[in-house]
Amino acid sequence: MNFQYSGMPNVQSPSDYLPILIQFFVAAGFVVLVMAATHLLGPKRKSKIKLETFECGIESRDNARIPISIKYFLVAILFVLFDVEVIFMYPWAVNFKELGITGILEMLVFMVLLLTGFFYIIRKGALKWA
Amino acid sequence: MPSLEEISKSVHDLLTTALPPVMALLTGFLIAGLLVIGLFTVLGLVLVFMERKVSAYMQIRVGPNRVGFKGTAQTLADTLKLVLKEGLTPSGSDKFLFNLAPFLVLITSMLLMAPIPFARNFQMWDLNIGVLYITAISSISVIGILMAGWSSNNKYSLLGAMRSGAQIVSYELSAGMAILTVVVLSGSLKISDIILSQQNGWWIFKGHIPVIISFVIFIIAVTAETNRAPFDMAEAESELTAGFHTEYSGMKFALFFLAEYVNIFIVCAIGAVLFLGGWMPFHIGSWGAFNRVMDYIPSSVWFMSKTFFLIFVIMWFRWTFPRLRIDQLLNLEWKYLLPISLFNLLLVTLVAIMGWYF
Repeated sequence: MNFQYSGMPNVQSPSDYLPILIQFFVAAGFVVLVMAATHLLGPKRKSKIKLETFECGIESRDNARIPISIKYFLVAILFVLFDVEVIFMYPWAVNFKELGITGILEMLVFMVLLLTGFFYIIRKGALKWA
Repeated sequence: MPSLEEISKSVHDLLTTALPPVMALLTGFLIAGLLVIGLFTVLGLVLVFMERKVSAYMQIRVGPNRVGFKGTAQTLADTLKLVLKEGLTPSGSDKFLFNLAPFLVLITSMLLMAPIPFARNFQMWDLNIGVLYITAISSISVIGILMAGWSSNNKYSLLGAMRSGAQIVSYELSAGMAILTVVVLSGSLKISDIILSQQNGWWIFKGHIPVIISFVIFIIAVTAETNRAPFDMAEAESELTAGFHTEYSGMKFALFFLAEYVNIFIVCAIGAVLFLGGWMPFHIGSWGAFNRVMDYIPSSVWFMSKTFFLIFVIMWFRWTFPRLRIDQLLNLEWKYLLPISLFNLLLVTLVAIMGWYF
């Protein structure tokens, strides 16, 4: 796969990703600093009732980790499938001019297969929220 | 007035002459990191103020106008108040995840700052897969939101996080497709190449109807991805109190808030880069004099004005459309936007192959 623009010789090595590592540490440091500052500056008066979770002013009942509608899970699964598809499209989108008509036809076959599955899912009622 | 490019170049030269190469590199990175933090806080303050003013004028009221000059220091005062507040961790919560979530959300949006070109040749990190990097990193923030909702041990938080998770991952698809249309036209994933490909016209003008369609889809998708109204299912203050950050208080809440507003800036900046030409000035074909006048405006001003225009549009949405229900929201994405963007991508490919753009 060729990610470069018009064959420019700018292949990047892992060390080129150093800025992102440093950026990560700077960002983490910023959050730590802010959290520490608010911890030192803010008051600390904790009571049992204050530490309870909010529930419309009534006493909180039971565990909040209740079973959640399966539809959310289904959407997540669908996302995984389609996201993989989008990732496949990235190298193609960069190189489709070299791949030409064959590339487009292959992509078309890929999309048709995916859309068939997609319509099957819709027909099955995956997005019907009762 | 020296441009940002010249300033950064002279700082770079100063560092390389005064320090050994490794130290110069590290100092450069450190300066960039500190600048990003500075920009981050300033953006947070400005955008919150802008949001309050915009919403005020849309509702025919004045908005904050007491603190500082015409209320400009209002958000600073609010931040100061939030720093001095107690940060509570509820007793039933998963304490580690509860405190980790703001880190994750904020670090994600800070990492997204790296490939954004603020002016001509003024970019912290121009990597060759810039667009892919942005799509990849921006999807991490959903983990932070889910983490916050789950660890709070609060019913509202969990519901908000679940909705937000489903919503963000769904709209990421059509946002990705809309970004891909521009990648197809410019033939590169590198941000600077994408901007340079718009030298003779921005993609939204050059690419005809398909690019306009993908621009509209992009704006809708990023509005949903940043949890903005009319897609603010994650917060939905009238039904879920505050959604996934109900239990967060003080500065921990402020960090979520900050990350939210900076994310709006980032997605609008990306939209401006991809569709509106980034820092490229506005040119009209062969109007030499007009184009030269446009060239006089600094590139950073161009970039910022485009970005803030898009931010204003997104704020405008908030007071124009009523909130959607979660099933309507997912229907909109899966049944309309996703198929449309798929076919739109094919259409753009056809346009690019046939050379139908200018």
